[in-house]
Amino acid sequence: MTNVYIAGIGATAVGEHYRRGLADLVSEAARAALASAPEIAPHQIGALYVGSAFSEELYGQSQAGAYLASILGLSPSIPAYRVEAAGASGALALYQAVQAVQNGVAVALVIGVDKVTDHLEDEIEAAQAMAADSTEEALHGVTLTAQWAMLMRRYMHEYGYTADAFAPFPINAHANGVHNPLALYRFAIDANKYRKAAQIASPLNMLDCSTLADGAAALIVVGEQIARELDRPRIRIAGSAVATDHPALHRRRNPLDLSAARASAHIALGRAHLGVGDVQVWELTDPHGIAATLALEAIGCYEPGTAPRYAAEGAITPTGKTPIATFGGYKARGDVGGASGVYQVIELTRQLSGQAGPTQVSNARIGLSQSLGGIGATAVSHVLIRES
Amino acid sequence: MMKPQHPVGIVGYGAYIPRYRIAAREIARVWTDGQSGTPIEAKSVPGPDEDTITMSIEAARNALARAAIPATALGAVWIGSESHPYSVKPSGTVVADALGAGPWVSAADWEFACKAGSEALTAAMALVGSGMQRYALAVGADTAQGRPGDALEYTASAGAAALIVGPASEALATIDATLSYVTDTPDFYRRADRPYPVHGNRFTGEPAYFHQIQSAATELLRHLNRTAADFTYAVFHQPNAKFPQAVAKRLGFTDKQIAPGLLSPQIGNTYSGAALLGLCAILDVAQPGETIFMTTYGSGAGSDAYALTVTEAVLERRERAPLVAAYLQRAVMIDYAIYAKWRGKLVMG
Repeated sequence: MTNVYIAGIGATAVGEHYRRGLADLVSEAARAALASAPEIAPHQIGALYVGSAFSEELYGQSQAGAYLASILGLSPSIPAYRVEAAGASGALALYQAVQAVQNGVAVALVIGVDKVTDHLEDEIEAAQAMAADSTEEALHGVTLTAQWAMLMRRYMHEYGYTADAFAPFPINAHANGVHNPLALYRFAIDANKYRKAAQIASPLNMLDCSTLADGAAALIVVGEQIARELDRPRIRIAGSAVATDHPALHRRRNPLDLSAARASAHIALGRAHLGVGDVQVWELTDPHGIAATLALEAIGCYEPGTAPRYAAEGAITPTGKTPIATFGGYKARGDVGGASGVYQVIELTRQLSGQAGPTQVSNARIGLSQSLGGIGATAVSHVLIRES
Repeated sequence: MMKPQHPVGIVGYGAYIPRYRIAAREIARVWTDGQSGTPIEAKSVPGPDEDTITMSIEAARNALARAAIPATALGAVWIGSESHPYSVKPSGTVVADALGAGPWVSAADWEFACKAGSEALTAAMALVGSGMQRYALAVGADTAQGRPGDALEYTASAGAAALIVGPASEALATIDATLSYVTDTPDFYRRADRPYPVHGNRFTGEPAYFHQIQSAATELLRHLNRTAADFTYAVFHQPNAKFPQAVAKRLGFTDKQIAPGLLSPQIGNTYSGAALLGLCAILDVAQPGETIFMTTYGSGAGSDAYALTVTEAVLERRERAPLVAAYLQRAVMIDYAIYAKWRGKLVMG
C-alpha cells in the first residue's frame, strides 16, 4: 500500500455568497487546488469524492458526484460520488480518497461544499436536524444547538463551571480568525463581549455559537510516486479513521463522553504509529466551546472536567499545549457544513507547511483534524505529518 | 436622476404615531424568557380601532393644517402601505372622503413593501411637476405584521406620515432631485393569502437593505456632485436601530446628521411610514437653508433617494400641527396580553 499525500489545496472564502451558485464555488476551489499543484493535470484525476451535508435536502441534488464531475470537466470514466455523514461529510470524502489512493488511484480529488444561504432558516434547521436520530430526536423538534446546550448545562452541573468558563474557546477562535483571509468573521472578541452576548439556547450565547455559511474546499490527494516529484513540503496523511456512536444522546452510556471522537482519533493515531502527545496542532469540530471541550477530553488531551481550565490558561492558543482553531475554527472561520472537514485539513496543511502566518504553531510537524457528524455520531480523524 | 419640469416641494407634512407602545423586552419575556437581545427599545402598537386608513387620515389632516390649503385643492390622495385593511377596495377613497378631498380627485393605493409611501411621493412630484395638478398628497402608513415569536415581531410597528407636494414657490422644503433603484431581490414577502410575511434573515441585510440604499444614495450624490458632508441632515429607512446607523456611517454621514430623524429605537419599524416619519421629525427642527438627504427602502427590493432644501416657510407652518416629539412623548405602555388581543393574535374558539 502506498503512502498518501496532500498535493494541492484550494478553498473559497467562507461567507454568504448570495450571488454565486454551488457549482461556481466548487469550480473556484478546484481551480485553486489545481493551481497549487502545477505538477498535476486535471486529466490525471482518477476519482472524485464529494462531501456535502445538505445536497439532497436543500439543493435537490442526489447525484452531486456526477454533477460536479461534469461541471469540473473530469473524465466520465472515473468514480465520482458523494458520501454522507452530516458535518463530517467532507472529512469522510477525504477518507474515501485515502482508501482509493492506497488501492492504486494515482490522483484523487476531494470536494467539500455547502451553499445554504439560498434557503430560509426553517429549511436549514430542518436539514441540520437530519444529523440527529430522526424518530427519537429530530421528530420532536430538537436542534443540534439545543443538544449542545443541554450537554453544556450537564457539564457545568457535573464539574461546577459557569458559562463564562467557555469564553476562551470563541475568544481564541476569533483571535486566530483575524489572520485568515478566508474566515467568515475577522474580528477579535473579549470576555466582556462574550458575557454580554444574547442567549441563543441557554447557556449557549451568540458568541459561543458558530454561523453556518457557504463555501467550497478542495484537496488533491496523491500516492507516493507523484508526491516525490513535488517541489514543496510533503504532507502525508499518516492515519485516517472513522468511528460511530448512536445519534440519539439518550442512548449513550454517558452523553458527555464523545466515544466516537475518542475511537477515531486513537485508531488514526495508531495507524500513524503516534500517540496523543505527539500531536502539535489540532482542528476539531468546535461550533461551541462545549464541543471542543468534550472532544479534547474524549481524545485524552485532558481529564474529563478539566479542559476549560486549561483553555483559560492558554492551552488552546497557537502557543499552547493543544492549539486548536488556528484559522478561526467553526466559530470564526465559519461552519461550512460538510465542507468544514476539508477546510480543516487545508488549514492543518498550511500549519505543517509553515504557512500559517501570525498563528503559526512553531515547528509544527504533526497535526490531527477531527470532524464530527451531528453530536459525534460519526467521527472522522486524519493525522497529518510533514515529512522532512 | 429625476427632476420635475416645474420645481416642486413639500408644502405641508404631518405625522401620526399611535400612543400605545410595547417594550421589546416584554416581547422577549414572552418568547425567550427575556434572554434574547432586542433590536430596539419599544415599538408603537395601533389601538383596537386604528388601522392604515385611520392613521393616514390623522397624518393627512396634520399635513393639510400645515399647508393651509383646503382638502378640495388636492389633486391626488395616494396611500402607500403593505397593510391596507382591504385587499380589494382602496384605502385612498376612504381617506379622500374623510378629508373632504373628493370626489374630483385621483385616489389610489400603492404597494412596495416599506417604500410604498415614497413611491407615492415620487409620483406626486411628477403629477405636480408636470403641471397636471397643483397639489398631491402622498402618505406612507402601516400597521405592520410580525408572526408571534419571529424576529420581526420585535420591530413591526405602526405609524403614518403624510406629505403634500406642491409648487416649490410655496414649499416649506423643496425636493431638488430624486432617483429610484430596484432589483428583483426576494428578501421579504407576504403572499396574498397569508397573515404574516416571510423573510430571509441575514439576506435582508447586505444584499438587500444595504445594497439598495447604498446604490441609490451613492448614485444621487454622484449626480448632484455632492457628498454626505454637504447635507445638514440624513434619514434612511429604519427597520431597527442598527441598520440605519450602519448605512449612514458607510455613506459618510455622522450620528449627528441622522439623530433627529432616527425614530426606530423608540417606535420600531413603521414600514411605509419609517423614513417619511423621520423626515417629518427633521422638518420639525430644521432651519431655513438647511438640507436633507433621504433614502427609503422597500423589500423586494428598491430604494428611492431624495435631496431636499428647507425654506423660510417651515418656521411658521410647523407650529400648525403636533410635532413628532409630541407623539413620541404621549406613550402608553401595554403588556403582551393586551398587545396580543388588539393585534388579533388570539384564536377565539
